[in-house]
Amino acid sequence: MKIAIRGGRVIDPANNFDTVSDVFIDRGVVTAIGAAPSEFETNSNIDASGKIVCPGFVDLRARLREPGQEHKATMDSELRAAVSAGITSLCCPPDTYPVIDTPAMVHMVRQRAAELQLTQVHPLGALTIGLAGERLTNMSALQDAGCIGVGNALQPVENTLVMRRAMQYAASFDITVFIHAHDSWLLGNGCVHEGEVSTRLGLPAIPEAAETVAVARELALIETTGVRAHFCELSCARAVAMVADAQQRGLPVTADVSAHHLHLTEHDIGFFNTQCHVRPPLRSATDRDALRSATRDNVVQAICSDHQPHEVDAKLAPFSESEPGISGLETLLSLTLKLVADGLLELPRALATITCGPARVLGIDTGHLRVGAAADICVFDPDSIWVVDPDSMLSQGRNTPYTGWSLPGQVCQTLIGGRLVYEQE
Amino acid sequence: MSRRDIQIDEAGNLVHFLTLEGLSQPTLVGILDLAESFVGFETREIKKVPLLRGKTVVNLFFESSTRTRTTFEIAAKRLSADVINMNPARMSTSKGETVLDTVRNLEAMHTDMFVVRHEFSGAAYLIASHVPPHIRIINAGDGRHAHPTQAMLDMFTIRQHKPDFASLSVAIVGDILHSRVARSQIHALNVLGVPDIRVIAPMTLLPTEVERLGVRAYTNMASGLKDVDVVIMLRLQMERMQGQLIPSEQEFFRCYGLTEDKLRYAKRDAVVMHPGPINRGLEIASSVADGPQSLILSQVTNGIAVRMAIMAQLMGGAGRKETS
Amino acid sequence: MESQLRPMLSSDPLFVGIHTGGVWLAQRLCQQLDVAAPIGSIDISFYRDDFSRVGIHPQVKASHLPEPIDDRHIILIDDVLHTGRTIRAALNEIFAYGRPRQVWLAVLVERGGRELPIQPDVVATRMELEPSEHVKLLGPEPLTLQRMERR
Repeated sequence: MKIAIRGGRVIDPANNFDTVSDVFIDRGVVTAIGAAPSEFETNSNIDASGKIVCPGFVDLRARLREPGQEHKATMDSELRAAVSAGITSLCCPPDTYPVIDTPAMVHMVRQRAAELQLTQVHPLGALTIGLAGERLTNMSALQDAGCIGVGNALQPVENTLVMRRAMQYAASFDITVFIHAHDSWLLGNGCVHEGEVSTRLGLPAIPEAAETVAVARELALIETTGVRAHFCELSCARAVAMVADAQQRGLPVTADVSAHHLHLTEHDIGFFNTQCHVRPPLRSATDRDALRSATRDNVVQAICSDHQPHEVDAKLAPFSESEPGISGLETLLSLTLKLVADGLLELPRALATITCGPARVLGIDTGHLRVGAAADICVFDPDSIWVVDPDSMLSQGRNTPYTGWSLPGQVCQTLIGGRLVYEQE
Repeated sequence: MSRRDIQIDEAGNLVHFLTLEGLSQPTLVGILDLAESFVGFETREIKKVPLLRGKTVVNLFFESSTRTRTTFEIAAKRLSADVINMNPARMSTSKGETVLDTVRNLEAMHTDMFVVRHEFSGAAYLIASHVPPHIRIINAGDGRHAHPTQAMLDMFTIRQHKPDFASLSVAIVGDILHSRVARSQIHALNVLGVPDIRVIAPMTLLPTEVERLGVRAYTNMASGLKDVDVVIMLRLQMERMQGQLIPSEQEFFRCYGLTEDKLRYAKRDAVVMHPGPINRGLEIASSVADGPQSLILSQVTNGIAVRMAIMAQLMGGAGRKETS
Repeated sequence: MESQLRPMLSSDPLFVGIHTGGVWLAQRLCQQLDVAAPIGSIDISFYRDDFSRVGIHPQVKASHLPEPIDDRHIILIDDVLHTGRTIRAALNEIFAYGRPRQVWLAVLVERGGRELPIQPDVVATRMELEPSEHVKLLGPEPLTLQRMERR
């Protein structure tokens, strides 16, 4: 199938490309940008004038709830939501039920996703069996089965020796370790940032130290084991400063931030709004600003949705009893563009954080528009403003704190391997 | 996402009593004044008024408390309301019926007002956000967040003995971290214009950034109690404590327990209060609790009148405004 | 009013005034009639029928009946009788204290506009007023009647 995407502003941050141009696709692959290849008989023209044409988005962390939590969402519903949001590849954490700690589970997830022929799903394997933090998984087998790395999801690895061994072992096979750094003792049963809001609302709190203590420990271990490590969902200024320092010293450390941490703070919780219950918690304005700077300065390489769809009841409980998480796929692009609109990021840098940045962290060959690359492409209208309405969401989880927000950017077309998987009505 | 405080409706009327935060001085003073007319009902020839006749009040106590529940029951009955007591703590919630399901089942019984106590902060707000507009919710204590009726009766008691709030120095001592009473008292004292509000506790029991609530924090009784007019002792919430918050009860009493010696740091005519139930020999020495400066028993007596005033204030209709 | 009330004194009635005008009036009348017995006073705030609509005013004065009323004659005194609802509320409150033998109603001004079947036994003067007009007793010294437009 020969496709031409005509007249759009083509932005490919990986190759520093930003020009109004045409993109030509043949047999699922980008064959040319600019002049049409000779004797190119287009089967399908996509008019992208006034739109932006860029690599399809790579979401570094999205939970699909399958297997095990189908009452919250299924791969079917969530991948449909993903393609409508321009997301062509995503990485799902290993904390499904059962946990992704065996090749069989990896195959299951990959096969199910392949059947749906929508967004490409790259599972993360578990660092330890059952995510219990005690015994290492067969990381090599997991890698061969298709895991792009291993991680501890939201479960702490309390035993420092186990963490060290896990890192050493992963390093032996050049496997990236994805770390959610938090100290379980300081975490306690906290549900909000330890600060003004927790004091006012009388909610059990998570001090910033819960993150910094863990980041410090992991950095020390990373330094001695030489493992390639990625810090997931950093939430506070001090942690980001520690990671920046480690990067400057040459450690192979990357980091991501969840989109909501770039926009919301503890004050958005208001009067116990459970839609703002997330883990790690929303922190202070100073932390949010530091995360924004870190994103701009490439201390943070990726912005992710941290998609966690929930059924209605999960949020209809007293705050500390509600389940944390935001259904974030459908606002990922717009929240990223909002940073540009607010003057905090340049557009190419913003797009890099959801294309080549995460792709490099995951080690997958996508997120760019090099000739010969798989045609995973998103065409979107950057000037189109829409209002967030939970009832219009495609995800089975309608849990969003952005209801009523006017956001920029709507996806017009999404192509995966040259196939049109989504087109806006 | 709305951040409007749901306890005040769009017309400005007080429709729920969830927290004292955000309420105006005239509103609080109005409640205190109304409570005056309900004081002394025990000695009156008639103990009941028909203000809430025909209304049904449900005491929905997810967290047990016979004392508080009984005062609410008496208050509602003195207003001629019908009262139903429910203790879901012993019923189905532990097995999975959600807070909202429990409320919905009771709504179907034509309830006009719920008095709610729950072990988790924000429970009263959750319920108030999901009931039909004619139903009133009174927060009888939610987790660590608020206990507004208790704070109001404490303010009423203070006013009986020291009527000029603008000249007072008030110290709240003890487990501030876990105390919903302390938080509500701090809001009340701020709204009523008390210029010097102090909290005294070891750092482990002081919430982060507590100064932002409008108080000064002290870790030392001698400096914290110096020249105060009112000393409010809080109950040490042993059952709420997780981890090493205080090394032992003995050390706590030695450093922060209110004894006659420590009371001498305060003004000579200072008054002593405690929301109860008191742990003798832990927060407060018996000689002080039973001594001439103690208002602890008045607090108990005033509880009914103040709760009557709050109930009457909420159930009164649309013509009444949240005065601002 | 004095002359109308004098014959009733033989039954040793208890004078009960309704706050605030009725109490002033009761005090003046007892003075003029040489009645030494204490006067009862009633604040009907808690017995009003419009509580659901208008709520409650915080300045409620205590009601006080100085003597038991069972089997007693009561002269209930108010300044203006208009709709009759105030009297209805006062009667309800009186009956919460006990069971009087008889209750007479004495008012300074009776105006039209009754909404309940309530009639005074003693009246000083009758007035016909427009619905937008309003008559009020000011006091305690001097006691004066004021007629005005209700804004």
